[in-house]
Amino acid sequence: MASRAQRMPRSLRIASSAFVLFWFVLAAFPFIWTVWGSFKVELDFFSIADWTNAITGERTKAAHGSPFTGAGYYGAWVQEEFWRNVINTGIVCVFVVCTSLTIGTLGGYALSRSSYNYTFWLLITALIFRAMPPITLVAGYLLPFFQWNLWGILPTTIIVLVAINQPFTLWMLHSFFKNIPKELDESAKVDGCNQFQAFRRVIIPVMWPGVITTGLFSFLLAYNDFAVTSMLLSESNRTMVPEIAAFLGTTYTEGNVMFAVSAVVSATVPLFILVMFFQRQIVSGLTAGAVKG
Amino acid sequence: MRHKTFLWFFLPTGLAMLLFIALPIVSVLVQSVFAPHEAVLKEVENCTPLVGCVTETTIDQEATRELRENQPLGRFVGLDIYLDRGHLAVAEVGQAWVDAATWDEFWHRLFNLPLYRALSFTLTFTFLVTPLLILLGLMIALAVNSLHRHLKGLMIFFSLLPMIVTPLIGSLILFWMIDSRGIIGSALVSIAGDPNFSLKASTGLMWVSLIVYGVWHSAPFAFVVFYAGLQTLPKDQLESAQIDGATRWQQVRYVVIPHLMPLVTFVALIQLMDNFRIFEPIVGFNASAHATSLSWIIFNDLGGETRQLSAASATSVLTIFGVAILLSPVLVRTWRDFRGKT
Amino acid sequence: MFVKNLAVAGAFAGLMGTAAFAAGHGCEIGARVSIVGNEFPAIQTVGAGAQECTGAEVTTNLTADHQKINVAGMQGNPAEYTSAIIANSSIVALMNEDVIRPLNDLVETHGDGLQPGQLIRIGGDVMAVAFMANAQHLMYRKDILEQIGVEPPSTYEEMIEAAQMIRDQGIMENPIGGAYAAGWNLAQEFNNMFLGFGGQHFKPGTAEPSVNSEAGVNALNMMKALSEYMNPDFLTHDSNATNAEYRAGNIALLNMWGSRAATQTTTEGVTDAVKNGHAVAGPMTVGGGSTPASTLWWDGWTVAKNISDAEAEATFLAMKNAIRPAILEDAEVAKQAVWLIEGYEPTDAAVGVFEAAKAGTTPYPMLPYMGLMHTALGNELADFMQGKESAEQALADVEAAYTAAAKEKGFLQ
Repeated sequence: MASRAQRMPRSLRIASSAFVLFWFVLAAFPFIWTVWGSFKVELDFFSIADWTNAITGERTKAAHGSPFTGAGYYGAWVQEEFWRNVINTGIVCVFVVCTSLTIGTLGGYALSRSSYNYTFWLLITALIFRAMPPITLVAGYLLPFFQWNLWGILPTTIIVLVAINQPFTLWMLHSFFKNIPKELDESAKVDGCNQFQAFRRVIIPVMWPGVITTGLFSFLLAYNDFAVTSMLLSESNRTMVPEIAAFLGTTYTEGNVMFAVSAVVSATVPLFILVMFFQRQIVSGLTAGAVKG
Repeated sequence: MRHKTFLWFFLPTGLAMLLFIALPIVSVLVQSVFAPHEAVLKEVENCTPLVGCVTETTIDQEATRELRENQPLGRFVGLDIYLDRGHLAVAEVGQAWVDAATWDEFWHRLFNLPLYRALSFTLTFTFLVTPLLILLGLMIALAVNSLHRHLKGLMIFFSLLPMIVTPLIGSLILFWMIDSRGIIGSALVSIAGDPNFSLKASTGLMWVSLIVYGVWHSAPFAFVVFYAGLQTLPKDQLESAQIDGATRWQQVRYVVIPHLMPLVTFVALIQLMDNFRIFEPIVGFNASAHATSLSWIIFNDLGGETRQLSAASATSVLTIFGVAILLSPVLVRTWRDFRGKT
Repeated sequence: MFVKNLAVAGAFAGLMGTAAFAAGHGCEIGARVSIVGNEFPAIQTVGAGAQECTGAEVTTNLTADHQKINVAGMQGNPAEYTSAIIANSSIVALMNEDVIRPLNDLVETHGDGLQPGQLIRIGGDVMAVAFMANAQHLMYRKDILEQIGVEPPSTYEEMIEAAQMIRDQGIMENPIGGAYAAGWNLAQEFNNMFLGFGGQHFKPGTAEPSVNSEAGVNALNMMKALSEYMNPDFLTHDSNATNAEYRAGNIALLNMWGSRAATQTTTEGVTDAVKNGHAVAGPMTVGGGSTPASTLWWDGWTVAKNISDAEAEATFLAMKNAIRPAILEDAEVAKQAVWLIEGYEPTDAAVGVFEAAKAGTTPYPMLPYMGLMHTALGNELADFMQGKESAEQALADVEAAYTAAAKEKGFLQ
């Protein structure tokens, strides 16, 4: 796909590839290590007796007769019914991403196209809103939610996650929309479209790289959130992350770390599929050539 | 865009933020200037299993109830909570200023106070991590963008990993890895040649570990944003730059970076704020003996057996102020851009 | 003997099927029950026991974050939760906010089968019913102690001597373990040591702190002396990390929660040396004192105030059903905790907690402002442990931090 302008001399290509490789190791090593370790017993995974045990699986051999065991996966998925939490996370993620992208795209587009001063101040206010630590916000929600019987259910958590992530979504989409030249929708308006039609016909087709990227972050936020989900969901509606935290145990009693580790590894699979599926959408899309004319 | 059109576009998102952020902020503001009523205490005999009875103190609910019902918000304390030792510690700082003979002594006493101790780490962390992660993110984005397209998808996924793996487990694993018996720790011990070398036992090294973790954890965010931005790079500009004989570095400097500038501003804003609110790594690494942050103080106030709502509210408001001050240079710049464009 | 007969009877009952088992107890309730509590296995058992009741819905929400939601969940009217399962440290938060009701009348009408020792009385009112006990006590490697030829230590001074011998003989470099992670754990270890030295956290009858005392300085110096024999990262080691060290065979002596004793060596992959060498004993004393340097804990259930009397009655019945003596017939359940239920016979793992009770260990103070003190200790003591400031300075900081918090909460003027 690289155009002629981007073709590189060999030395730079090598340096660039070496850097990618370096980053790859840095980013993936702890995870690959975790995948490897998830088939071991806890004493090997956190082998403080001798770190090479984590590779050879010495204690795993003693306990299971082979250096690998699926005990952690069995415990998490069968014994603890982790799939329930996966379904909950799925529901939360889908609704959070759809809702926040829908209302965020409308808002972000409006902010990028209006030139009145108040748009700037709205953006700043949104930013200041985001500065509020989520734990304080959640502590404030508890009492009214309990009072109105909204506590513990998925819809409440979805709305809260959408709302507290709106400032981020707005800012991100606003930045992307500013990169889409105004001439595009203005020419559409000249052709007789109203603002919404211009948005639908002209902007929507070219906005996907930004929207998909923003959606990815909304998704990750909903997927990884602990502060909100751990406080606002009842035990039966838990998503994955609070459940993983529950596997870890408390001060007085032991958890089962290997359940948690296997759960984390399995939780990464849908993300892998998702990223592979959407990376084309991130790559293709708006090119400057479409603007000129 | 006309006001009315704008309103309709903005209404749903505005409403969500108003209900779930603006209103709670107002209640936090109120909470921070009101404190619970003075408790009427009485002595009673408590009996517990295996032990028997002892005389202990408890709250006289009858006597306290009337106070509570008359003023449900609590007692108005104005800015007292903001100024007490747990927050700005005005009296303590003043005393230290008067007593301290040298600057060293003054700093020592200042950083013995919880808020200032937290600020010293929070600010160091914010100002080191933010530029480093932007630089790293940009480099990764440029490098990945020049890869073969079949490799790009895989690389995007693997680059996202530091962000994806929930910090609950991610920090647990890294916590083991940097242990002096873990894989990275062992390597460092053999490099340092000192069997007692430990990243977790010294404040300085713990700060370094947290900073490295911070960059590692957030660089993927910058990478993805810049990478998406690179996809909208006007190719003809690059080509004309090349025809003009611009070197590769000049192309990056004069075409790519100006194009990405709005995104750099965006990443800087978000990351300055997130790093200022650093919290999870401190808990994950059990690092609170060496490093604390404002968010950690809030967590601590809310997480104790007796929850200190007013103290947590006051720290939250201070955090918002801190963020506002921190972001002001970027905001002024955004304002200029905004004015310049209209 | 009686207990054994009971167990045989229970085995038969078990054969007859769980449905008959549940119905046979005739727990019939007439109003909703909703329980919030921590999530460890013993409490899961209690939750499941309450859910055996028929006639109305019983819901449970067992989570490690229970302390953050129970007050809010009981403040509404009607309260979301009709019962909160708490410990002696956390009941004060519920009492401070006045969200739990005295159980005197319910105990009178339905309290048969509860032992008098289970009833938590505060100023003449029964406020909670305890069902399990906990305490920190000594765990050690008997093989290592045999190797150096000493008895299990009964004082912290002996512990240090033994540790020195283990180090001198080159068996282990850092033989002592402890949950000294800055924060809640470190504060708890200080509480243990401070009470062992005869300290009082507060001036009697007031909320004025008195930790900056001789006992406080002694306690800190003892902790510092112990830390010399610990892994240098001790300020980051919580009880999970400390246990991991023990299982890996890196430490031989530690002060650990009794509730962790049963699972200490059952985790997969523990080496035979640790498995066979593991032993528990009562808590140690310090500084020539007679009270052990430990605290005694209980877990129990409460009933919410803002609910109808019918719901309160149903809750009481369901919770009582959950802790009926018959649950101990299941050997797995009997191992889960040191139960305070009639007919409980301490297992090997429970010896430490029972020794603690016998030796007159102080219960963790049930004071409205103890939580604030615990938080202040956890935040301010790490500087001393790192050698950054003197014991007196650290304790003065604790008192200052506590005073600021207590003023905010209205305990001090």
